[in-house]
Amino acid sequence: MSDDSHQLRVSKIKNGTVIDHVRGGQALNVLAILGIDGSGDEAVSVGMNVPSDRMGRKDIVKVEGRELSQDEVDVLSLIAPDATINIVRAYDVIGKHRVERPTEVVGVLSCPNANCITTGDEPVASRFAVLGDGVRCAYCETLIREGFADHIDVE
Amino acid sequence: MQHDHVLTAKQFSRADIETVLDRAAAFDARREGVPPDGSEHDGSDAEAGVSDRHAETLLGLLFFEPSTRTRMSFETAIKRLGGDVVDMGSVESSSVKKGETLADTVRVIEGYADALVLRHPSQGAAKMASEYVDVPVINAGDGAGHHPTQTLLDLYTIREHAGLDDLTIGIMGDLKYGRTVHSLAQALTRFDATQHFVSPESLALPPDVRYDLDEAGTSVHSHTDLESVLPDLDVLYVTRIQRERFPDENEYRAIADAYGIDLETLERAKDELSIMHPLPRVDEIDPAIDDTDHAAYFDQAHSGIPVRMALLDLLL
Ligand SMILES: [Zn+2]
Repeated sequence: MSDDSHQLRVSKIKNGTVIDHVRGGQALNVLAILGIDGSGDEAVSVGMNVPSDRMGRKDIVKVEGRELSQDEVDVLSLIAPDATINIVRAYDVIGKHRVERPTEVVGVLSCPNANCITTGDEPVASRFAVLGDGVRCAYCETLIREGFADHIDVE
Repeated sequence: MQHDHVLTAKQFSRADIETVLDRAAAFDARREGVPPDGSEHDGSDAEAGVSDRHAETLLGLLFFEPSTRTRMSFETAIKRLGGDVVDMGSVESSSVKKGETLADTVRVIEGYADALVLRHPSQGAAKMASEYVDVPVINAGDGAGHHPTQTLLDLYTIREHAGLDDLTIGIMGDLKYGRTVHSLAQALTRFDATQHFVSPESLALPPDVRYDLDEAGTSVHSHTDLESVLPDLDVLYVTRIQRERFPDENEYRAIADAYGIDLETLERAKDELSIMHPLPRVDEIDPAIDDTDHAAYFDQAHSGIPVRMALLDLLL
């Protein structure tokens, strides 16, 4: 059964988040967005290039003991627009969300333009408009079209 | 014209631009003693009924970067309207030196003035300032970002010299860091203009400005030298290439020479070609051109007053 073979790859989690239907090759960027680099104590399982009926190949990320915030889901949508977010409690999926592209992301990405007013000591939060193929700083108008994970500013 | 703030040239519709330029033309005509309706009068601004309205108006000048010209131009404009300025003075002598944020500075000075004119080295500074105050903020230059009032006077000059319809314009020099270029290019998308950009590869238009031009569906052509496109141009807008953009003096010299113009360059140009420059120039334009009919750059500089008068009059 496909479910069994699937479980061989990525084990079930008790409490936490399963990010499924991530575009193949983006799992490490998902981890970067979540600030997971192995130095913390979360148990993380990653499946890469798992066969998928819908997507051909997909990545899947399971994070034990952590439920994603809306900010994190917003930014995930930039690199994993087809992802489904499953919130798991006591082995049961209690919430299932498709990520939705927000019209803007606030305080999540930091502007790559060193001359941007948001990168100095001002009290203002970064703000990016989400475009069809990237994001754009609402202050200096710099475009980011790839490498979003490099600009993540989530605590 | 319905705007709370003047932050970028992009915010202006074609109708907005025409409203400002028409008002500026009326101020200009008045100064020359020729009212638009052709009637006789004494040539004073008072006759337009603006002096009374702006007699109590105070414009707050916040220049975090040196700029004698733009500062004087705003000061002259508001005084000609009957108002006055309060000036933050140089950054060296202000609280900013002590580490105050811009957000705090504008919230304090907002209490002194009816509108703020802001020049700042950081891109997006005027936009951020506008979110902290209730009075209008006018962007007088934010780093390599925008300079919308310069654009209005550029458009005024283009309209006077070449017309804004069916315009073919060349914009040459530092297109990467030149904020006057960014604002002008974006504003010209409101008109039926063909834009040719002439620069070394290293100083080409930044991707975000390019994005706006593409979104606007405007006709954009890029060149690394002026020669092929010069004969087609109605206007050539020249900007200064800054020495500090180049690590190497020889490389800078070679580039600066290649993107400068003299009488010989202009032999292939239309007789009606107007040459513009936001000034100050260094040696991009040979002074021998000053005495020809091509030179529009001093006219351009002078139009800063009526255009800023018009903008302030409409905004305040
Ligand atoms: Zn920015």
